[in-house]
Amino acid sequence: MAGLIVCQDVWKVYRVGDVEVQALRGINLTIERGEFVAVMGTSGSGKSTLMNLLGCLDQPTRGRYELDGLDVASAKPDLLAELRNRQIGFVFQNFNLIPRTSALENAQLPLFYRGVSMKEQRRRAAAALQRVGLAGREQHYPSQLSGGQQQRVAIARALVGAPSILFADEPTGNLDTASSREIMGILEELNRQDGITIILVTHEPDIAAYASRELIMKDGQIVQDARRTPRLSVVP
Amino acid sequence: MSAFVLLTVMTALRILSRNRLRAGLTMLGIVIGVGAVIAMVSIGQGARAAVQAQVASMGTNVIVIMPGSTTVSGVRGGQGGAVTLTVNDAAEMKKRSPLLSDTAWAKRDVMQIVNGNRNWNGPVNGVSPSYLTIRDWSFSSGGSFTQSDMERAARVALIGQTTLENLFDPGEEAVGATIRIKNVPFQVIGVLAPKGQSAQGSDQDDVIFVPFTTAERKVFGSQFLGSVGALFASTEQRADLPEAVEHIREVLRARHRLQPDQADDFTVRTQVDIGKVQEGTSQTLTAMLFAIASVSLLVGGIGIMNILLVSVTERTKEIGVRMAVGAKRIHILTQFLIEAMTLSLFGGVIGVIVGVAGARLTTVIAGWPTIIAFESIATACVFSLGVGLFFGLYPANKAASLNPIDALRYE
Repeated sequence: MAGLIVCQDVWKVYRVGDVEVQALRGINLTIERGEFVAVMGTSGSGKSTLMNLLGCLDQPTRGRYELDGLDVASAKPDLLAELRNRQIGFVFQNFNLIPRTSALENAQLPLFYRGVSMKEQRRRAAAALQRVGLAGREQHYPSQLSGGQQQRVAIARALVGAPSILFADEPTGNLDTASSREIMGILEELNRQDGITIILVTHEPDIAAYASRELIMKDGQIVQDARRTPRLSVVP
Repeated sequence: MSAFVLLTVMTALRILSRNRLRAGLTMLGIVIGVGAVIAMVSIGQGARAAVQAQVASMGTNVIVIMPGSTTVSGVRGGQGGAVTLTVNDAAEMKKRSPLLSDTAWAKRDVMQIVNGNRNWNGPVNGVSPSYLTIRDWSFSSGGSFTQSDMERAARVALIGQTTLENLFDPGEEAVGATIRIKNVPFQVIGVLAPKGQSAQGSDQDDVIFVPFTTAERKVFGSQFLGSVGALFASTEQRADLPEAVEHIREVLRARHRLQPDQADDFTVRTQVDIGKVQEGTSQTLTAMLFAIASVSLLVGGIGIMNILLVSVTERTKEIGVRMAVGAKRIHILTQFLIEAMTLSLFGGVIGVIVGVAGARLTTVIAGWPTIIAFESIATACVFSLGVGLFFGLYPANKAASLNPIDALRYE
């Protein structure tokens, strides 16, 4: 069976002035449904580029990328938007919530662009917020929430549309240890209970330790791909 | 899609309400533009209605024939200087043109009128009884003179409201009183109902009418009996006016023995011609004000475009987030267009309120008549929406064309 994500010899080349930058150099990668993958590497190793590409925010210069059997490399911008809306959820390092807009409305956003009725949007967004432990804070603005809470709103927004993959780009980069642990606990639970595939970009080994597979990138290539038993957040 | 639009409108309102001062200043151009349009259309229409009322006060389907100029020993007299029109011309016109329902003639001169110890200098008009019918004069008291008054050159007079006020005390009975024109006693038999200003701006109520025959024999002392100051005619149908004018020209040219290469020694104008001149003036004014208002709307539109471009830059990251969660180009485009149109429509609505208030104020302060037309309000709203759409297109397209990654990374 083909994987959820299949990359074959994927290249990404930028041109900055006269200089050609090879951000990705022949990536071959298959990720199965339900995996929890950590992507590690130094800055400039190409991990963010890979994440943007896998998350359908960008397209490869050459090579094949199939998401759930669909050719992403040649898709039109509106189809990419549709894929991001239905298949993908994003969690960013700096939360990226829309300011002066309530937690509930932030969480509704993907459904808003899907054309779901207002009532249904509210119901599902409230359920998602409850899922991340923010019941009762639906009407708070991002500025009224702590960093950890803001990131939980972002997770609620990412999972409200029931995506098959959740991309987390340094999700704990701006958080203290306690909040980081909470956020990772939520991601782990989503992976285990709901079977959501999680792709996590980080440079912290103890965050990467939550994953069951670890990719290490260097100079635009995957230099190490290891499966292992994840560390469990729930200590008995 | 309609749910999307509704929600986007709500979002736009919320975003605009976050920055009320900025939104207000942005709308100002549209407010002034629309306000100016509404106010000026109201004033223009009020003026036009007033002009139409003045033209209508001339009578119904009236044709006015004035004598032309004469040249005596190389000295050219002004228009109306000649005494070429006569009572017989009027009779001949009536006989020869079946389109004319009535003809009349008049001759005027400014004279001193005396009542007891009061006097007034006003235009005394010697007219045929038909003149009063053609000009649609009605009476506030008393009545008109008759054909027999005319034939026996009776010393009877009709006076206008202004003349009444200047010769009689308030409440004093004018009908039956005797006044003297150039020392000739006349009995007042009727007081005319007010007509107001003429299309040329003169007071039509400052007037005295006496039978034509009486005037020329006992007051004016005419050199040539039967010569008149102007001829009048009327038709049953307004559409007959141009043809009737042609008939009159033929009759008069024949009677005055004009050769084909000679110009008319008279001028014929209809009520419609006179109305057109007046309307032309108000239309020029309207066009000028409209041009000013258009410039204001243009400036307002540019203001909206400017503030939206700033907004797109400020909210680049938000646009990136929206794209990341699945907003398509059309969604981003629609969002910014709706923001632009909300701004301009709000500006338009406030402008309508300002314009209506301005028009009312003009009526109260300057006493100009104004008419607030529903059409101009609807047009102003549609037009301001259009301005928002037009000037919002560029910033909205700029936002929608952003690359999601660049937008997300923007700091």
